[in-house]
This record gives sequence, C-alpha cells and structure tokens, in this order.
Amino acid sequence: MRGSYWSIALGFVAATWLSFHYLAIDLSALFTVKEATRMAQYAASFFPPDLSASYLARVAQGTAETLAISAIGTALAAIAGVFLALPAAGYFGAVVRAGSKLVLNFLRAVPELVWAAIMVLAAGLGPFAGTLALAVHTAGVLGRLFAETLENTPREPQLALSDAGSPASAAFIYGTLPGAMPQFIAYALYRWEYNIRMAAVLGFVGAGGLGQMLYFSLSLFQQRQACTIILAMLVLVAVVDAASAWLRKRLVL
Amino acid sequence: MPATDTDRRLQDPAAPSRALATIVVLLLLWPGIKWTEFSPAVLFDPQNRQTIGHFLGTFLPPNVSPEFLQLIAKSTLETLALATAGMALAIAFALPLALIVAGSLSISRIGPGPGRGGGNLLRTIVRFVLMVLRGIPEIVWALLFVRAVGLGPAAGVLAIAITYSGMLGKIYSEIFESGDVQPARVLLESGSGRLSSFFYGILPGALPEIVSYTIYRWECAIRASVVMGFVGAGGLGQQMELSMRMLNGGEASTILLTFLLLVLLADAVSAMLRRVLT
Repeated sequence: MRGSYWSIALGFVAATWLSFHYLAIDLSALFTVKEATRMAQYAASFFPPDLSASYLARVAQGTAETLAISAIGTALAAIAGVFLALPAAGYFGAVVRAGSKLVLNFLRAVPELVWAAIMVLAAGLGPFAGTLALAVHTAGVLGRLFAETLENTPREPQLALSDAGSPASAAFIYGTLPGAMPQFIAYALYRWEYNIRMAAVLGFVGAGGLGQMLYFSLSLFQQRQACTIILAMLVLVAVVDAASAWLRKRLVL
Repeated sequence: MPATDTDRRLQDPAAPSRALATIVVLLLLWPGIKWTEFSPAVLFDPQNRQTIGHFLGTFLPPNVSPEFLQLIAKSTLETLALATAGMALAIAFALPLALIVAGSLSISRIGPGPGRGGGNLLRTIVRFVLMVLRGIPEIVWALLFVRAVGLGPAAGVLAIAITYSGMLGKIYSEIFESGDVQPARVLLESGSGRLSSFFYGILPGALPEIVSYTIYRWECAIRASVVMGFVGAGGLGQQMELSMRMLNGGEASTILLTFLLLVLLADAVSAMLRRVLT
C-alpha cells in the first residue's frame, strides 16, 4: 500500500520533469519583471468590460444562440439516443446489439470540437453546424446511458403485456418506458448542463454562439468586449446549472 | 357512437397530462429552432455536399507515411507532456488554496477569538477565485493565453494549470473537510500549527481520495489537451486543425485514430492506477 503511493509519487515527479523538459517551456521566463508587466497589461486591457447597451444586446443574442444550440442539440440527441439505445440494449438480437454499440462508441469518442469542424464543412458556418455537432456526439453518450437504463429496467411488465397479446411497440411503450423515463430525463438534463459549456466554445471553429463572438473579438483585439462575453458565459453556466438542478428535483424525485 | 365502458378503460389515463407536457416542451424549444438557423436542407446544398463529400472521401486510406507518423508521434508526446505539466502546476496551485479554504484547519473557528471575520472573508474570496478559474472552460483560457504568450504548448500548459487548479482546489478542500476532522482539531487545540495539523491530522486519511481524484482529472486533462490545439495551443489538436483546414482527409483520419488510441490508453492507465490504490 505505502509502497504503491511512493512509486506513484516518484513516477509523477519523473513524468512532470520529463514533460517540462520535452516541451522546453521556460516558465521562469514568464516571471521576469518585463514579462510580468506585459501580462498584467494584457490582463488589465480586459477591464472594464464593455457594458454599453448596444453591445449587451448583441451579447444577449449570442447567449440566446448558445442556449438554443445546447437545448436543440441535446433534444435531438435524446431522440436519436432512444432509437440507438433500443438496438444497443439487445432488443433486436446480439449482432445488431454489437453493431449499434460500435456506432455509439464511435459517436462518443470523436470530441465535440472535431464534430463541429466537420459539420461546419457539411452545413456551413453558423449555429446549425454547432447544433448538429452537439447532437451527434451527445447521441453517442445518451444512447449508451439509455441502453444501460433499459437493460436495468425490469422486463416483466413488457413480457406480461406482450403475452396478453399487445403488439411489441405498445408493450414497450406501456411496459418498459414508464420505468425508464425518469432516468432518461435525468440523463438528458445532466447532459444539457454539460453541453451548455460545450456550446459556448464550439464557435471557435465557426459553429456560432458566444464562442464565435469571443473568437472574433479577441482576433480584433477588442479585449473589453471579450470580457463581456466571458462574463456572459459564466452567468449562463450558473443559470443553467440552477435551472437543471431545479427541473431534476421536480421531475425525477 | 357513444363511448362504451370498454373504450374508456382502454384509454390511457395519463395521456392528457403527457400531451400537455410535450406541447409545453415543444413551445419552449420553438424559438431555439429559429436561433440555431435550423435547416436540414443546407446539408443537401450541392456546394456543401461537394466539400464534405470530397473531405470524407479522402478519409480512406489514412495517411501512414513514415514522415507523417513521425510528426503525429511527436504531437502525441507533446499532448501527453502538456497535460502532465499542466496538472503538475495545477496541483501546486490548488493545494495551498485548498488549505486556505478548508474550514477544518481554521483556528479561529475553534473558539471565539480574534481573526474570525478576516478568516471567513479570505475563505470566501479564495472560494470565489476558484469558482472563476474553473467556470471559464480550459479552451477559452487557452485562447487567451495564446494571445498572451504566443502559439504553442506553453499556452496549453497554462490553460490546463488554471482551469484544473480551480477544480482540484474545490475538491481538495471538500475532501479535507469531509473526512475525519477530529485528529486535526485535537492537534490545533493542543497548539500545533495549521501545516503540521494538516500533515499529521488530515493528510493520512485524505490521501487515497486525493490521489484517485487527481488521477481521474489527469485523464480529463488529456482529453482536454487533445482538442486544445484547435486554438493554437499545441499538441495533436493543432495538427488536426491544419489537416482539416487543408481538407486533407487521409491525415485527419490518422489523427482521429490517434485521438481514440490516446484516450483509450489514458482511460486504461487511470483505471489501473486507481485499482492499484484501492
């Protein structure tokens, strides 16, 4: 026990030394007086944030766009996730199950930002590309979680219904879905909380929202405007966290 | 024809409320359709289809020429080094901040004494700083640092260090408060300093949790550094950005495969380390 801690600590120190050595970063160069003044000047150029009414209106629009990207993206992903979860939970046999799990893993493994860069090529610059990118990645995440939920939901009600003669779809909708639905909603809301953070940065590759505004304003050396956008991101994340926690408490518990 | 008893029994009693909830959700999402410029038709726009078709068409075969693989190996190492160096700095920043925040090490809280108000104020300020550090996504920090220290991995290291010190600082302080705080309190009451109470009273109990959470975050840092290059902060992401901008599908698919391998590897190493410790 104690030995393994020491070996991890030693390994960590060695890895850190190797990393700094490999990257050849001279951090001490950052702490010279000249460099520190330059950094401080750069940081100071962000203040005060631009709070003029016209700019706030534009930031509000960007915030709404980001919110919409995350909400629509997550909603699409939830719908797609249910349809991917059915085969992945083994409803259509073992072969289909393995295949759909592979698809889910692939969707999930490609980072959102890469999906966004691809979607910008497929759908052009703008928030629609961001929405699609979030939807595709999140469908992989939610599909897997939904499939696990379906596997853990008791099958007996559905079997009873189909034994009594109801068609398969009705047996699933009235037998299994009611038991799984609260968990589905909880997962989707949790993922929405996460996606709002992603939606705020997908714009870096041209997929709309606050990220795109931030990227532009920093490229144009408008630091005070950038500061307003960053503040808007912080507020948005805090509000969505609170809203999602409230909804989850109301809907699930 | 009037509804018979059988018809009524076959109806779903929860249907009206469920329909209402669906309509409310759809109405709430409706403006979002407009704001996201939702139009699947653009996917079938001939020009877009040609661009993406050409790009995806060149995905196979992946580019495995020795020079390119060498370049990718270098970028992969850079990504790993970036995440590790960033984590090391983050731990160095987070530990002292967590020690300030943790109420279990507060001397003024033990009894009525001077300095209580000041201590609480300091704790609140540090807590707020930690919140801002982790509230801004790492890639935004990376973008800011690229403008401040120039293109390259240094910006990525600093971005990881800043964001993760916010996360680690919060979780460390929670761990310091959630375990058995009696030993530390006894030490403080009998007159030992904060640091020695921490090392002898809290650290022994908190270490397993601290180490396993840090390893988990290291894994997250690797995922984050993979995409950080999109804003110019070094590593694999930067290669990916270049290949995508030049619409070079073969290179992009090689890099994508490397992404997957790297993330799987980090996953496995982190799971193994945590298993060894528990």
